[in-house]
Amino acid sequence: MNQKQSNERRLGWLLCAPAVTALLVVTAYPILYALWLSLFRYDLRFPDQRAFIGLDNYVSILTSEVWWHALGNTLILTIISVSLELLLGFPLALIMHHTLFWRRAVRATTLIPYAIITVVAALAWKFAFDPTIGFVNALLGTEQAWLTQRWSAFLVIILTEIWKTTPFMALLLMAGLTLVPHDLIQAARVDGANAWQRFIKIIVPIMKPAILVAVLFRTLDAFRIFDTVFIQTRGAQGTETVSLLGYNTFIVSLNLGLGSAVSVLIFIGVLIISVLFIKGFGASLTKGGNAE
Amino acid sequence: MIRIRLTLVLWITVSIILYGCSSHRKEAIPTLNWYVAGEPSGAFFMAAKRCSEDSGQAYKIEQVPLPADTDQQREQLVRRLAAGDNAIDIIGMDVIWTAEFAQAGWILPWTGKTAEQAKAGRLDAPLQSAIYQNQLWAAPFTTNIQLLWYRTDRVNTAPATWDEMILLAESLGEIGTIQAQGERYEGLTAFFVSLLASNGGSVLDVSGKHISLAQQPTLQTLSTMARFANSSAADWALATAREDQARLAFESGHSSFMVNYPFVWPSAQRNAPEIAKHLGWARWPATIEGKPSRFVIGGLNLGVSAYTPYPQLAFHAAACLTAAKHQRMAAELGGLLPTIAALYDEPEIRVTYPFADVLRSSLSDAVQRPQTPLYNDISLAISRTLHPMRDIEPQKDFIRLRRAIERALNSEGLL
Repeated sequence: MNQKQSNERRLGWLLCAPAVTALLVVTAYPILYALWLSLFRYDLRFPDQRAFIGLDNYVSILTSEVWWHALGNTLILTIISVSLELLLGFPLALIMHHTLFWRRAVRATTLIPYAIITVVAALAWKFAFDPTIGFVNALLGTEQAWLTQRWSAFLVIILTEIWKTTPFMALLLMAGLTLVPHDLIQAARVDGANAWQRFIKIIVPIMKPAILVAVLFRTLDAFRIFDTVFIQTRGAQGTETVSLLGYNTFIVSLNLGLGSAVSVLIFIGVLIISVLFIKGFGASLTKGGNAE
Repeated sequence: MIRIRLTLVLWITVSIILYGCSSHRKEAIPTLNWYVAGEPSGAFFMAAKRCSEDSGQAYKIEQVPLPADTDQQREQLVRRLAAGDNAIDIIGMDVIWTAEFAQAGWILPWTGKTAEQAKAGRLDAPLQSAIYQNQLWAAPFTTNIQLLWYRTDRVNTAPATWDEMILLAESLGEIGTIQAQGERYEGLTAFFVSLLASNGGSVLDVSGKHISLAQQPTLQTLSTMARFANSSAADWALATAREDQARLAFESGHSSFMVNYPFVWPSAQRNAPEIAKHLGWARWPATIEGKPSRFVIGGLNLGVSAYTPYPQLAFHAAACLTAAKHQRMAAELGGLLPTIAALYDEPEIRVTYPFADVLRSSLSDAVQRPQTPLYNDISLAISRTLHPMRDIEPQKDFIRLRRAIERALNSEGLL
C-alpha cells in the first residue's frame, strides 16, 4: 500500500516535470533576474556606470510622488471597474445560462467584445469620445473634450474596460452557475422560496468558488492595466497606472535597474491582492461549503 | 500524418531561426538603411535616390520610415541601438537626442573632410545642436522654429509680448483665441524652456550637469503660463493641443493668434485660402518688453550609427543627403527649413517662405534645449510637473519642478 502510494507520487511528479520545468524557465528565471537587476544602478544610456546599490531603487520609487499617484490611479480603476463588472456580469451570466432560444448565438454575441483586441477596442472608444469626429457628444448633446480632464478620462477608460471584460466575468460566472444542481432549485421552489431568496441563499453560496476565481482574475488583470490607458491618454490627465510607469522607466528611459524595481513592486502588489483574496474569501468559502 | 506535420513545423521553425541569424548584410552594392521620420512630400526619398545614383554603385540608401511622433521615434531607435542592432546605418536624429546618443556610444563622431562638409555654411544654432562636448556628432539637415501667426484683418500690429497678446486676445472676445501647445509632451517642454530663456533663465547651468532654474525668471515664466491658460484667450482644449490641433483650430477661423512652426503657412494656403489671405507673421512674442524672445530650436540632424558595418560609406552618404541641393528640395517640397544660411537669400526659397527674414533673425537668437544625455528625463519632468497649465501655482510648482529635475539629473527619472 505504502509502496504503491509512493510510486504513484513519483509518477505524478515525473508527469508534471516537463510543465514545471517550462514554467520555471519562463517565469521563475525572469522574476529572479528582475529581482537581481532591481538592486543595481543600471541605465542602458550609461552602461559604464553600472553599480550595485542595494535597495536604493526601491527607496527612490517609494519616495516619489509619481509612484503613489500611479498606485492610487490603478486602485481606483481596479476597484470601480471590477465591482461594476461583477454587477453587470451576473445578469449577463444568468441570461446566457437560462436562455432557451439560440443559446449558442446569444453566448457568442456576448463574447464579441472580449474577442476584440484591447488596443482596437481602446482606439474605437477613443474615437467615439473624440470631440470632433466622435458620436458621443452628438448623442448626448454635450461639448466635452472627454480625454482632457481627469474625471472624464477615467470615465472613458473605465467604460472601455467594463465593455471589454464584462463578458469574461460573465463567462466565468456562467461556469459557476452550471455547478448549481437543478434539483436543489426545484426543491427550494417547492418550499416556497422566491427568486431572490433562491439566488441569495442557494445560487450565490454554491457559486462562491467561481465568483472568487472570476473576481480574482479580473482584479489581477485590472491591476496591471496598460493598453487602454496607453492608447487613450498615455497617462496624461493624472491617469497614469503602475504598468505605464514601468513601461516609461524601462522602454522610454532605458533604466533597467529602476524599471525592474517597478516591476518587482507590481509583482508584490499582485501577490498581496492574491493573498488577501484567498485568505479573506477562502475562509467564508469553506464555511459556505460546510453549511451546505 | 502527425509526424509529417511535426516535421513541417520543425522545418519552419529552424529556417526562421537560421534566417534570423544569417545577418543578411553582405550585398554586392551595400545598402545603407536610413532611419528617419516618414516624410510625406517625398523629398527625403528623392534625396536618397539621387545620392545613391551619384555614388556610382558605392552604396544604395534605403529609407526606413519612423513614426511621426518624436517620442515614438526615439523609443524605437533607442531600443534597437541599446541592443546593438547593426541594421541601422544613418539616423535622422531630432536635435534633442545628440547628447544622449553620443554619451551612450550609439553614434560615431564626425571628423576630417566629412565633418568640414557637414559644418559648411551652417547657421550657428543648428550646428550647435549637433555638437556635444566640443565634438560634432551629426550633420545639420533641417531646422525649425516657431513664429507668431495672427489675423491681419482683426489685429493691426502683431503684439510684441505675451502680456500684450493676452490682453489683446481677451478684448477681441470669442474670436480672440490664442492657439498654443499645452498637451503633456515635448511641445509643452519647448514652450516652457522658450519662455524661460526669453526671461533670461535656463534649466541647467553652463556645465550641463547641475540645475540652474533661477528663482525670478522661473517664477515669472510659471505665472505667464498660468495666466495664459486661465485666460479666456486660451482654447478650451489647450490641455490636449499639439502643433497639429492648433493648426486645425486656427484654420477653422475662430482664433486670431497662434504660436506654431512654419508648416502652418503652406497648410493654410491649401486648406483655408480665405484665412491665408489675412495670415500675418511676426517673431514669437517676448516676455520682457524690449528684450527679443528666444525660442528653442528644432529640426533634424543626421548621425551615423556606431553599429553600422559601413561607417565610411554612411558618413559619405549622410553628407550627401544634407548637401545644399537636398536641403533646398526639402524646403521647397516638404516645407522643412534649411540649416545652410545662404539658402535663405535665394529667391525661390523666399517665395516659399515670405517670412524668411523673421526666421533668420529668430534662428540667430534661438536657444538650445538642455544638452545633456538625460534630456529625455528632464523633459518628462518638466512636462509632467507643468501639465495641465491651468493648474500651475508658481510658488508651489517652482519647488516641485526643481525637485523633479534634480531627480531626473540623478538618473531617478521616475520623477
